[in-house]
Amino acid sequence: MIIEARGLRKDFTVRKKAGRFRRVSTVVSAGDGVDLTVERGELLGDIGPNGAGTSTTLKMLTGILTPTAGHVRVCGYEPVPQRTKLALGIGVVFGQRSQLWYDLPLRDSFALLRHIYRVPPADHAARLKDCRALLDLDEFLDTPVRQLSLGQRMRGELTAALLHSPSVLFLDEPTIGLDVISKQAVRSFLAGLRDRGDTTIVLTTHDLADIERLCRRLVVISHGRIVHAGTLTALHKRYGSRRRVIGDLDEPLLEPLDLPGVTVESVEADGRRLTYSLEATTAGAVITRLATIASLRDLSVVEPDIEEVIARLYTS
Amino acid sequence: MSVYLRLAAAQVRAHAQYRASFVIDLISNAVVTMLDVFSVLILFRVTRALGGFGVRDVLVMTALSATAFPLADLLVGEIEKLRGYVRTGLLDTVLVRPLSALFQLLAIDFSIRRVTRVVQGTIFIVIALTLADVHWTPARVVLAVVAPITGGLFFCSLFIAGASVAFWWIDSGEIANSLTYGGRDFTMYPVTVYAEWFRRLFAYGIGFAFVAYYPALALLGRPDPLGAPAWLGWASPLVAPIAMTLAGLAWRTGIRHYRSSGS
Repeated sequence: MIIEARGLRKDFTVRKKAGRFRRVSTVVSAGDGVDLTVERGELLGDIGPNGAGTSTTLKMLTGILTPTAGHVRVCGYEPVPQRTKLALGIGVVFGQRSQLWYDLPLRDSFALLRHIYRVPPADHAARLKDCRALLDLDEFLDTPVRQLSLGQRMRGELTAALLHSPSVLFLDEPTIGLDVISKQAVRSFLAGLRDRGDTTIVLTTHDLADIERLCRRLVVISHGRIVHAGTLTALHKRYGSRRRVIGDLDEPLLEPLDLPGVTVESVEADGRRLTYSLEATTAGAVITRLATIASLRDLSVVEPDIEEVIARLYTS
Repeated sequence: MSVYLRLAAAQVRAHAQYRASFVIDLISNAVVTMLDVFSVLILFRVTRALGGFGVRDVLVMTALSATAFPLADLLVGEIEKLRGYVRTGLLDTVLVRPLSALFQLLAIDFSIRRVTRVVQGTIFIVIALTLADVHWTPARVVLAVVAPITGGLFFCSLFIAGASVAFWWIDSGEIANSLTYGGRDFTMYPVTVYAEWFRRLFAYGIGFAFVAYYPALALLGRPDPLGAPAWLGWASPLVAPIAMTLAGLAWRTGIRHYRSSGS
C-alpha cells in the first residue's frame, strides 16, 4: 500500500460578516473521515463537486495541509512532519498553478529541478529525453514559460513533475482549460505512464472524460465523505445507470416485448420510438427479440452516461 | 553550489530580463542611503548634540543601522510577499518540493537590486569610523565587522517573524512593516533621544538598542549615559541568535497553520 489514509479530517474556520464589525466563526469540515488506500502502480481517480474536499484531501496527502484528525502514510512517510523526505518521492502537478520558472526558458526550469531533487545528470538526461519524445517538447524547450500556450505549459509541468521519477504522481485537474487536442495529448501520456506500471497516479479532476479514459478505480467525494470507491462499472451498477436500446419502428408494437431483465423506459412518436433499459440482459437479446416482433427502421445502443450518475451522486 | 544559490541566481536572471526596471531599481536604491545620511546631518545643523552625542558618534550609529537593515532587506526583504502567497495558495508549489519552505521562498524571490544599499552602507561605516577617531584594538576591529552582520540578522528575524503573522492573519497588513521599517528609523539615532516608556518597549523589549547603539558605544569606548555596564556593547551581537531562534519558532508554528486556498 503506497498511500494509506484513515479517518482523515480537515476543519477550517470560516469567518462571516454579521454586521459592521461583528464576525461569526463557523467550523467547516472539508474531508470528514476520509479512508483511502492506493496500491503501488495503480491509477486512482478522485472526483467530487467544487468544495467537496477533493483538493483538501490531495493537499493532506502531499504534506501541504496538516490534517485536523486522522492517520496518513504516503510512501511510508507521514506527509507534514516528513514533508521534504516525502517530496523526493512524489511529483505534483497543479492545473491551476505553475511549478515552472515563469520568466526563464522551459529548459532552465528542468535544470533547476535537477538540482532541487538531486537527480544524477545521466538519469535526468534520460528521463528528459523520454518526455521530450512523448510530449513533443522540442519546439518550445527554449521559450520562456510565460510565452507558452496552456497546452504547452501543461506538458512542461508533467515533465517537471516526473524528472525525479517519483513513485507517486499527484495530478490536480491537469486538463483544466485545455483544448481537445492538448487534453488528448495529456491523457494518452498518462495512459502510457499508467500502463508502464511503475508510477502510482492519483488524479483529481472534474473532467469525467479523464476518468473514463484513464481510471480503473475511482473515489467519489461529496461533502467531505467518500460516497463511492470502486470501479466505474461498479458505480454504474450501484446507481442503476443502464445501457439503453432505442428502436425506431415502422408501426407501433402490437404485443409488448416480453423479455426478463428489460424495462420500457419511454414510448414516443405514437409508439414508434421505444426506449428500453437493460438490467440483466444483453443488447443483442433485446435486438433479436425486437426484430422478430416488429419491423425495425433504426436502432441504437446508448452507453450509460457517467455525468448523470455523478450528478446524482453529488446531489444525494 | 548550493541549490538555494542556484535558485537565487535563476531569479536574478529572470529579473535581468526586464532590463530597464532592473537599472532603475539599482539607481533608486542608491538614493535611499544618501537620504538617511542627510537627515542626520540636517538635524545637526539645528543642534550640537543629540541625546548627549555629537555628530560623529551619531553617524557611527546611523552607519551601523544603514548597513544592518539593507543587509536584512537584501537577504529576506521579499518575505513580505508571503502574505500574497498564503492568500492565493501559491505556497502549495513551494511545499511540494524537497527543500526548506523558508529558504526556498527567500531564494526564489531574491532581488539583487538591493545590493547597492549594502555596499553603500559598508562604505558609510568605514567613513563614519574614520571620522569618529576610534581607538582601534583587535577586539574593536572584530566588533566593527560583526556588528553590522548580527544587526542584519536581527532585522532578518524581525522580517521573518513579522511575515509569519500572515499564516494566522491574512489581513495583517502593515504590522510587520511597522516593526521592520520602524526599527530601521529607530536604530539610526541614539536611544537616549526617546521617551523612557518608548525606549523600554522598543530599545530593550524588542532589542533595537543592540543593533547600533550599544555596539557603537563599545566601538567609541564611551560609557552609556543610561548607566548600562560597558560589556553590554560587546555582548550585543548575541541578540541575533536569540532573535533568530524566536523567528524560526514563529515560522515553524505558522506554517502548520497554513490553510491554502480553495482550489
